[in-house]
Amino acid sequence: MNIVVLVKQVPDSGAERSLRADDNTVDRGAASNVINEMDEYAIEEALKITEAHGGEVTVLTMGPAGASDSIRKALSMGPAKAVHIVDDALRGSCAVSTSKVIAAALGGLNADIILCGSESTDGRVQVLPHMLAERLGVAALTGARKLTVDGSTLTIERQTDEGYEVVTASTPAVVSVWDTINEPRYPSFKGIMAAKKKPVDTKSLADLGVDASEVGFAGATSTVLDHAQRPPRSAGQKVVDEGDGGVKLVEYLATEKFV
Amino acid sequence: MAEVLVVVEAAASGVKKVTLELLTLAREIGTPAAVVLGGPGAAEALTARLAEYGAEKIYAAESEEIDGYLVAPKATVVAELVKRVSPAAVLLASTQEGKEIAARLAIKLDNGVLTDAVGLDADGTATQVAFAGATIVKSKVTRGLPIVALRPNSLTPVPAPASPSVESLTVTATESDKLAKVVERVAEQKGARPELSEASVVVSGGRGVASADNFKLVEELADLLGGAVGASRAAVDSGFYPHQFQVGQTGKTVSPQLYIALGISGAIQHRAGMQTSKTIVAVNKDTEAPIFELADYGVVGDLNKVVPQAADEIRKRR
Ligand SMILES: Cc1cc2nc3c(=O)[nH]c(=O)nc-3n(C[C@H](O)[C@H](O)[C@H](O)COP(=O)(O)OP(=O)(O)OC[C@H]3O[C@@H](n4cnc5c(N)ncnc54)[C@H](O)[C@@H]3O)c2cc1C
Ligand SMILES: Cc1cc2nc3c(=O)[nH]c(=O)nc-3n(C[C@H](O)[C@H](O)[C@H](O)COP(=O)(O)OP(=O)(O)OC[C@H]3O[C@@H](n4cnc5c(N)ncnc54)[C@H](O)[C@@H]3O)c2cc1C
Repeated sequence: MNIVVLVKQVPDSGAERSLRADDNTVDRGAASNVINEMDEYAIEEALKITEAHGGEVTVLTMGPAGASDSIRKALSMGPAKAVHIVDDALRGSCAVSTSKVIAAALGGLNADIILCGSESTDGRVQVLPHMLAERLGVAALTGARKLTVDGSTLTIERQTDEGYEVVTASTPAVVSVWDTINEPRYPSFKGIMAAKKKPVDTKSLADLGVDASEVGFAGATSTVLDHAQRPPRSAGQKVVDEGDGGVKLVEYLATEKFV
Repeated sequence: MAEVLVVVEAAASGVKKVTLELLTLAREIGTPAAVVLGGPGAAEALTARLAEYGAEKIYAAESEEIDGYLVAPKATVVAELVKRVSPAAVLLASTQEGKEIAARLAIKLDNGVLTDAVGLDADGTATQVAFAGATIVKSKVTRGLPIVALRPNSLTPVPAPASPSVESLTVTATESDKLAKVVERVAEQKGARPELSEASVVVSGGRGVASADNFKLVEELADLLGGAVGASRAAVDSGFYPHQFQVGQTGKTVSPQLYIALGISGAIQHRAGMQTSKTIVAVNKDTEAPIFELADYGVVGDLNKVVPQAADEIRKRR
């Protein structure tokens, strides 16, 4: 199995995040940047599949030069190599053009399975997997909490509000995963050392045959007009339970007309 | 006025509330037209409700293929319809499936798409929330028509009775629409409780609830308030409650009238899923717990004492 895992670098969701005042893009300078958490689960799943069925795992990232930290971190978990799409013209890309660039890079990688997170913790748009499947004409198995591989047949349990759906497709396919699918491994010391020597193929837009006018601010299909910080919530009343905390709670709910 | 296509979401209980919100919003922009995508007979059960909330037209795309394959056939139907009727906008629910249909639609039409909107003006300017609700963004689709996915609980649905005509659409799924086959749909019990992302009251439990068994306290309070049950990630990871009920950064985003957090510390990733709730109430034994920084009302105490007492008090007041 030839597996490509999509890995996005995002600002740490545990810290304050913001958009830049000048161009409304994510302020990556202010934030500490990490691998999108959901993508670690995709890496783990890819490694488990190749460990059981053979094959190779490639990491694919589109992001600024600084995303190379996250690529090394991803490689330290075990993938063999990486492709890093980096080009200044990509700044400001919307999801539609991001999918165009990633689809172009996938074109040369011959993947049986394209694994990715269900959503990123910054954009959270949850659209990339189906956009890629649509562009590439391959199956999309999305929202997986379980994946089984049987020859060229993939079967997932797709998490839904009501329960789950069992969905199946043949390779090649895009599979997106939730964080319930597995427990990602920690990189070993050996893994960290090995990652330093693993090949990272850097690709520009020109290498991929994508015109700069189709991506970034120039090619964006939507635009951010403005943004503002929501005023932080302020703390209200706080009472200490002295044997009547439950009653007091209900009194409050009653004044707010919830009971 | 041009039509505004509203992609309908339904559950076993009927039309989802978010669809009624979309119909309410659509009236501000043009003539609401509901698009039902389902198996044979799907539209009939939904027609009365869609009419009550102002659908002037109902497009019914009903076929085994729509139910039998994941998402893709639905996007094909909507794309064909867009090309035919040139609507003013396409509105969808910002749910997993709504966003996935929007995603494919955007590629098919080479069009922009906005997700997680909480509002949309008649001129196409959307309001989105980003970064755990901390940032409010005004944005606009600049290529094609507005394809906008609206977060559940963004507005109050208002009835506006209409008498829609129903037009059935022929579904012609392409080969590439039929690559992901749905073999089985399995319902996991959540009782008669409302859907988490749509509920107007959510009662959530965290690690402080201490066991799966003890989540009955959370469920009891939720049921007394007619609410849904949620859980923090720590509670889910500890096996106290199933993952589909997780609230937060990597779970559901909820925006109810009332959110009650029981034994939840209020980590930033949990807040990500609930801090746009109208009223927040917390019970936590640690007076320093960060959840109190955003709670409108907080009780510092042991949830094992406070919650049963509150439940009794609600029963008494009936
Ligand atoms: C707050 C915010 C809101 C946004 N809203 C919109 C919007 O409404 N419409 C719009 O068109 N764009 C939007 N964007 C831009 C969009 O997030 C980016 O274009 C992004 O690269 C793709 O979206 P995502 O990461 O959210 O994708 P998702 O679909 O949420 O990501 C799913 C998976 O795709 C993979 N992936 C995503 N990006 C990359 C990458 N660069 N490299 C490798 N793998 C990747 C990862 O595996 C990820 O887990 C928004 C961005 C931000 C920060
Ligand atoms: C990338 C990422 C994504 C994440 N996504 C999510 C997410 O989607 N949702 C989420 O919730 N978390 C998420 N987290 C985890 C988050 O950081 C916290 O670890 C988690 O929210 C903690 O859950 P908790 O509040 O239940 O547990 P704790 O932080 O352990 O808090 C338990 C609380 O219960 C109180 N307590 C204990 N016993 C009692 C009692 N008897 N009576 C009253 N109070 C009591 C304690 O004082 C404490 O405040 C994410 C983390 C990361 C890194």
